[in-house]
Amino acid sequence: MQTLRRKDILGLEEMSAEEINLILETARSMREIMQRKIKKVPALRGRSVLNLFYEPSTRTKASFELAQKYMSSDAVSVAGTSSSLVKGETLKDTVRNVEVMGVECVIMRHPVSGSSHYLARNVEASVINAGDGMHEHPTQGLLDMFTIWEHKGRLEELKVVIVGDIRHSRVARSNLWGLQKMGAEVVVAGPPTMMPPDLDVFGVKHFTSIEEAVADADVVMALRLQQERQESGFFPSMREYAETYGLNSKRLEHTREDLLIMHPGPINRGVELSSDLADGPRSVIMDQVAAGVAVRMALLYLLLGGTKE
Amino acid sequence: MLGWEGGEIMGLNHKATVMDEKGMHQALRRIAHEIVERNKGLEKIALIGIRKRGVPLARHLKAYLNEIETFDIPFGILDITLYRDDLIERTDQPEVHTTDVPFDLTEKHVVLVDDVLFTGRTVRAAMDAMVDFGRPASIQLAVLVDRGHRELPIRADYVGKNVPSSRSELVEVRVKEIDDADRVDILERSEE
Repeated sequence: MQTLRRKDILGLEEMSAEEINLILETARSMREIMQRKIKKVPALRGRSVLNLFYEPSTRTKASFELAQKYMSSDAVSVAGTSSSLVKGETLKDTVRNVEVMGVECVIMRHPVSGSSHYLARNVEASVINAGDGMHEHPTQGLLDMFTIWEHKGRLEELKVVIVGDIRHSRVARSNLWGLQKMGAEVVVAGPPTMMPPDLDVFGVKHFTSIEEAVADADVVMALRLQQERQESGFFPSMREYAETYGLNSKRLEHTREDLLIMHPGPINRGVELSSDLADGPRSVIMDQVAAGVAVRMALLYLLLGGTKE
Repeated sequence: MLGWEGGEIMGLNHKATVMDEKGMHQALRRIAHEIVERNKGLEKIALIGIRKRGVPLARHLKAYLNEIETFDIPFGILDITLYRDDLIERTDQPEVHTTDVPFDLTEKHVVLVDDVLFTGRTVRAAMDAMVDFGRPASIQLAVLVDRGHRELPIRADYVGKNVPSSRSELVEVRVKEIDDADRVDILERSEE
């Protein structure tokens, strides 16, 4: 009998292929529940969960909250603004609050890399990282893998291209770790200024030409371009970025017919991804959103169902 | 099988075989006739097998029902894991498998199929799950073996065989689709 023998989900770097596989298999069973008339199972009755979002989020927060409701757990969400956030000190206060409230699981999004590790070390509750700085966003990585797996039936030996600002992207990091563990070949594409200095750690090829990178790809994943990176000088303008690196039908003209087009959302339409591709037949962006709920239900079950010794 | 899902069963001795392949299929055939008789036909019948061994048993039952009357009987598979009443207490977390009920069970006479009726807790969980899928006209229960020791007020409508057993014994149902044979055995704990 397989179980997830860990307290927290902090990143895909520390996870094994077996663990990822168990999560994806469990998520597949959870997806059926979402298609029922009554979308609720009593599995986590009496378990309480706290959602702490120190950064704005619509999709991830809604997805976690729905997953918590579908599993019958009791959840409370607290949204802090980054302006009221004093790094370090606030997190310490958070730890104390969590312990006093006696919740079994904390979901946290935080602008500082490593913050969920800090929280996990200091509380007995399970911690799920919902995005920490530029480090990881493991549930996004898992839902992306689940979406690919559902469409392709496997992850091994697929070629996945991640396009955009790899350097600042926790989504890219989680996908790089996860997909490679599952046997996929990952390459990255985008401006050299937006490649992480530690790209060697991942052992992936970097392309500056999108056309070249996607030529024989099974999946292409566009990352959201963040306006504030322009101000920091990583790229000259949104328009210029779109012209060189944006995904559009002309740029993807010579690609496989069954290429999957993905985006973690929210999309800057016409910048990193054109509208006709985002809404076209090869886009699986809506499937990613649905997969997010199923994967989070699976994680809640695997972390909270059953007693920890 | 109860509580000893898969793997080698250690410290248990074979005590008796209570049903062989022939006996098992005779019992299923008889249950099929009882279902038709009681519901006056198959028009509103639906079959749902409880994972794991209730599923192949329900498939056999469907085939025997169709020998009596040709009718396309809606068929579903139910995994009760997320409805268990011991989920929070257990240290060995059960794996979740997919439920597949591809029809509307409202107005249907749903026959739940399982291998062994013991404490009744699995059936309680299955009934809770059923009502999340709609409002059936009735829920009926068919089991291959009733071994007694109920902990809830639950009884079967169709029983292949009543097997009086002591709590320390294990009633093991094997089906060809999952195990190596169609057979029901009683195992008892060996004296250490």
